[in-house]
Amino acid sequence: MSHGGFSTLFHKEVLRFWKVASQTVAAPVLTALLYLLIFSHVLEDHVRVHGVTYTAFLIPGLVMMAVLQNAFANSSSSLIQSRVTGNIVFVLLPPISYLEFFVAYVLASVVRGFVVGTGVLLATCWFAPLALVEPWWIVVFALMGGAILGSLGVIAGIWADKFDELAAFQNFLIMPLTFLSGVFYSINSLPPFWQQVSRWNPVFYMIDGFRHGFFGVSDESPWLSLAVVGACLALLTVFTLNLLKSGYKLRA
Amino acid sequence: MSAAIRIQQVSKRFGATQALDRIDLEVRQGEFFGLLGPNGAGKTTLISALAGLVRADTGSLAVMGHDVQSDYRAARRHLGVVPQELVFDPFFTVRESLTIQSGYFGIRDNDNWIDEILENLGLASKANANMRMLSGGMKRRVLVAQALVHRPPVIVLDEPTAGVDVELRQTLWHFIRRLNEAGHTIVLTTHYLEEAENLCTRIAMLKAGRLVALDTTENLLRRFSAHSLRLRTGGVMPEQLTCDAAESGGWWSMPFDGFDEVEPLLARIRAAGCGIDDLEIGKPDLEEVFVRVMQGQPAETNELNAELR
Repeated sequence: MSHGGFSTLFHKEVLRFWKVASQTVAAPVLTALLYLLIFSHVLEDHVRVHGVTYTAFLIPGLVMMAVLQNAFANSSSSLIQSRVTGNIVFVLLPPISYLEFFVAYVLASVVRGFVVGTGVLLATCWFAPLALVEPWWIVVFALMGGAILGSLGVIAGIWADKFDELAAFQNFLIMPLTFLSGVFYSINSLPPFWQQVSRWNPVFYMIDGFRHGFFGVSDESPWLSLAVVGACLALLTVFTLNLLKSGYKLRA
Repeated sequence: MSAAIRIQQVSKRFGATQALDRIDLEVRQGEFFGLLGPNGAGKTTLISALAGLVRADTGSLAVMGHDVQSDYRAARRHLGVVPQELVFDPFFTVRESLTIQSGYFGIRDNDNWIDEILENLGLASKANANMRMLSGGMKRRVLVAQALVHRPPVIVLDEPTAGVDVELRQTLWHFIRRLNEAGHTIVLTTHYLEEAENLCTRIAMLKAGRLVALDTTENLLRRFSAHSLRLRTGGVMPEQLTCDAAESGGWWSMPFDGFDEVEPLLARIRAAGCGIDDLEIGKPDLEEVFVRVMQGQPAETNELNAELR
C-alpha cells in the first residue's frame, strides 16, 4: 500500500462526494429528518421500545440506515459513473493493485457513511434525549456496516452496465434489506414468522448492534450481531477481492 | 538495451471475433512508431492489452522489459496511454485531474511538470476550469496531459487527432516530437495517413487482428508506392499506354520508377497525337501503401508475412 496510488484514489473518492455535498450529504440528512418528524409525530405517544421513547429509539436506527445507504451509494454511483463515461481508465492505467482499489473505494464509502450518519445524528439528537451507554459498539457497527455496504456498492457498480440496473439493485435489494431491518421497530413487536425472517437479514444485526451502543439494550446480544456482521464482512471482502482480481468487466 | 515494447505471439478473442491473431512486434527505444489499420483491425485491442485493460489469451507483452501482467506496476509506470475515447472526470478542474493522475502513479508535488505540460499543450489558461466547461479539443489536450504526468518513457497515442482542429494537431505534434527527440518512445495510431507518413520512422499495419506489414516508412513507400505522372488529356489516351495507366475522375495516372522515364512517356503521348491539358507529378504516399496492403494483393502480403515470421 506504499505506492501512493491508494491514498490518492481514496482522497479522490472522498473529494468526489464532498464536492457535491448538497446532494450526497445534505439531502440524505434532510430525508432522515423528515422520517423522524413524521414517524415520531404519529407514534411518539403510543409506542415505547426497550424502555425508551419511540423518538429516541428511532434516531439510532435512522442514523445507521443513513450510514449504510450512503456507503452503498458512494462506491456504486462512483463506479457506474466512471464505467459508463469511460473515465474508469484513469484508475485502471496506473499501477494500482486490485487490493488498493478495493480498500480505497470501500474506505471512502465508510467516510461518506460516517459524514452523513453524523449529520443525521446532529440534526435529530435535539428531538429526544440520547444516551451513549456503550459507544464502542456504535463505532464498530458503523465501521463494519459501512464497509459491508461499501463492498456491495463496489460489486453493484461493477456488475451493473446501466444506471437502471444499478437502480434495480438498490431498489430491490438494498432498500428492502435496510427498511425491513428494525430501523422503525423492534423485531420483538413482529409476529413470530416475521421475527424469524428478520433474523436472516444481516442488516438487522447491524442496526441492532449499533443501537445497543446507545441504550445498552437490544433485540439480540451485540456479540451475536458482531459475529454475524463480521462473518458477512469477511465473506463479502473475499468475494469482492476475487471479483476485482478476475478483472470482471474492468479488464476484459 | 531492452525494447520499449515487446509483443510476442499475442492473441485475443472476443466471442466469435479473433481480435488479435499471434501478433509479434517490437518497438525500439526512441522510435516514433505508427500502428495503422482500418477500424476493427485490432489496434485499440493491442494497445489495451499493452496497458493491462485487456488480458491477452496467449502470448506476452512487455514495456521497457517489464511484463504487463507479472510486473504490472513497473510496466504501467513506464507507459503513458492517451485513450481514443474522449473521457474526463466531470467533478474536477484540469489541474485537479492532473494532480490526481500524478498521485495514482505515486508522484506528489508534481506542479512544475504539470505547469510545463499545461504550457506546452496550450492549456495554461484553462488550468482552473472545470473539465465539463472545456471544448472537445481542450478535453483532448487534457487527455494527452494526463498520459504524460508521470513522464513515461513510452507514450501511446490512440488516434489523438480524431476530430480535432488544425491548431491542436500542430501544438500536439510539436510537443510530441520534442518528447521523442528527448528520448521518449512514441507509438501512434491514426487514420490520418499523412500524419503517420510525416512523423513515424517505422510502421506496422494490422488487418483483422493480423500483422500484415511491418517496415520502415521509407521501405514501405518504396515497395508499395511509386512516383506517378498524372495528366488530363485533350483527346483519347492511346491504347498502348492505357494498360500501364489508371483513370480516375478524368485524370490518368502512370507510375514510373525514375525521372528519366518521364520524357519518353510524354513523347509517346505526343506521338499518339494526344494533347495534354494538365499535368502533375504524384509522389509516393502512405495512403496508396495502405490501400494496397489492405486490399491484400496476396503475393505481396504473403511475401511480407513470410518476412514477418
